[in-house]
Amino acid sequence: MTKKVAVVGVGYTDFNSMTPEVSWKEFMYEACQKAYIDAGVDPREDIDSFITCSEDYWEGFSIFDEFVPDQIGAVLRPCCTVCGDGLYGLGNAYMQIKTGKMNIVAVEAHSKISDLLTFGDIGLFSYDPIFDRPVTGSVDRTHFAGIPSYEKNSPKPLVGKTNEKERIHPYFLAGLEMQNFLRKTGTTEEQCAKVVVKNKKNAFNNPNAEYEVNITIEDVMNSEYLFKPIKKLDISLNVDGAIAFVLASEEAVKKLDVEPIWLRGFGWSSETPWISTRSMDANYAMLASRMAYKMTDINNPRKEIDFAEVDDRFSYKELQHLEALGLAESGEAGKMLDSGDLDLNGSLPTNISGGSLGIGNCFEATGLQKALEVVIQLRGHGGKRQIEDVHTGISQSWRGIPSGSGAVAIFGR
Amino acid sequence: MMTIKSKTEGYPRYAPGTHVSGRDISNKNVTYSWWEPEVQYSWSLGPAYGRFLQELKKGKIIGRSCKKCERVIVPPRMFCEYCYRSTDEWIYLKDTGKVETFSISYLDPNARRIKEPILIGVISIDGASPMHGFMHYFNDMKPEDLKIGMKVKAVWKSEKERTGSITDIKYFKPMNEGDK
Repeated sequence: MTKKVAVVGVGYTDFNSMTPEVSWKEFMYEACQKAYIDAGVDPREDIDSFITCSEDYWEGFSIFDEFVPDQIGAVLRPCCTVCGDGLYGLGNAYMQIKTGKMNIVAVEAHSKISDLLTFGDIGLFSYDPIFDRPVTGSVDRTHFAGIPSYEKNSPKPLVGKTNEKERIHPYFLAGLEMQNFLRKTGTTEEQCAKVVVKNKKNAFNNPNAEYEVNITIEDVMNSEYLFKPIKKLDISLNVDGAIAFVLASEEAVKKLDVEPIWLRGFGWSSETPWISTRSMDANYAMLASRMAYKMTDINNPRKEIDFAEVDDRFSYKELQHLEALGLAESGEAGKMLDSGDLDLNGSLPTNISGGSLGIGNCFEATGLQKALEVVIQLRGHGGKRQIEDVHTGISQSWRGIPSGSGAVAIFGR
Repeated sequence: MMTIKSKTEGYPRYAPGTHVSGRDISNKNVTYSWWEPEVQYSWSLGPAYGRFLQELKKGKIIGRSCKKCERVIVPPRMFCEYCYRSTDEWIYLKDTGKVETFSISYLDPNARRIKEPILIGVISIDGASPMHGFMHYFNDMKPEDLKIGMKVKAVWKSEKERTGSITDIKYFKPMNEGDK
């Protein structure tokens, strides 16, 4: 059995708020083709198994996995889909290689969220239908035995023409969590605003980022409240993009002409879906990281980890996640931000890629975006945003609103 | 030590009672939760499907070739799924083909019987490689006349009615002598 598993190839598209010029298939093809060229492998010959990560409702297909083999090179080959974030796919690839049955495995995740017209409603669809959805606004439509009946003169509702006003946007849950986080840790709204300023500035050095902008803490603070205490600029905006990874066993690495980046540790965890019962402290990230630290033999993450890419789809999430990962004490992450520790030249550079606030929210590809940046940095391919002297990096994902699940992957040279 | 019950132990073989009817639900005699999501998508077509549908609007069927595996692919794709490379050229095809398989369908999505059965099947398009084509309706024939291997021809909507959709072809009809 192989002892070690490495990332041997990465490929990715540009990240754009809209991509009307390509279908999701061509988009996935581009990312995978680039990853296979990067690794120097032929998917039709060399890759033993293919994994994609997607959520049917984002895509608009039932059993979306049936529609992926063509564009990733997996026709008539072992292929499966992980219904979840890209980091889960990476973990599955790791496990497949560890079985000894597979030597080289490809992982793909993407967002083509611009194809979805009713984003907020699909978000609400992930809430508990008996307890949580009914209190996001009343929807009173006449129906008979489970089949809706519409008014004769408006047989089908159009976008934005239904009782939309009566429903709350699903992101309100982040408002609940942020309120709790600020109170518990003493973190301020200004510190959260500073995360936005930092990440959007970092994105200037990432040519693939979509939302780079020079703004001040005041700009964020003055943006309107959407889900108090969350303001408009605290929220990452949606983006389209595809990312692919090629992983290989230690033995297979030797046959490839690549500099391997080792996947040294991996962990994942899920909280209860009960909004009233779960932690609101990102315990999923805490437990996933402990699992990964144990596997990597990391006892003092603050010292042994050089830089971090953590989920920052809402500004406070970056600070909350850093604390959950044990990279900051409770209430300390905001102070580290204030003292410049999270900057490019700081002691723990965080979301140097621009994060989700700077690049955009790429949904199931978010975890792979974090992992991608760690690989780029460890390879020394960061260009203007290259962090000096890095050996170990951590990437962390969260499955997004309203989930309490996430994964952690640790990479090393 | 945990004891594992056999599957039937402790339960009656048949639980007596009254089945819930549709009327019980509509009269709200049973408690249930109801939610209707708003689900709408608008998929970007990209160069391959986009061109294909534009050509349908003009009353033409177009495919793409892969020079490596020597296939003419329809509906067209920008990459070859077997060779894993970009495809090469656009090729216009005929609007005739061969029935590969078919079914005569009698039920609507709610499993209610429909009056006139729908004839549906897979057509290999002439000019494309074998087993390359798409699914469509058949009409202008009796259900019992529909056969595998039968030659068929597209019946198009009028130019005005066409919108750039697979249904710009109304259906396929049996090919008569003299049809091109």
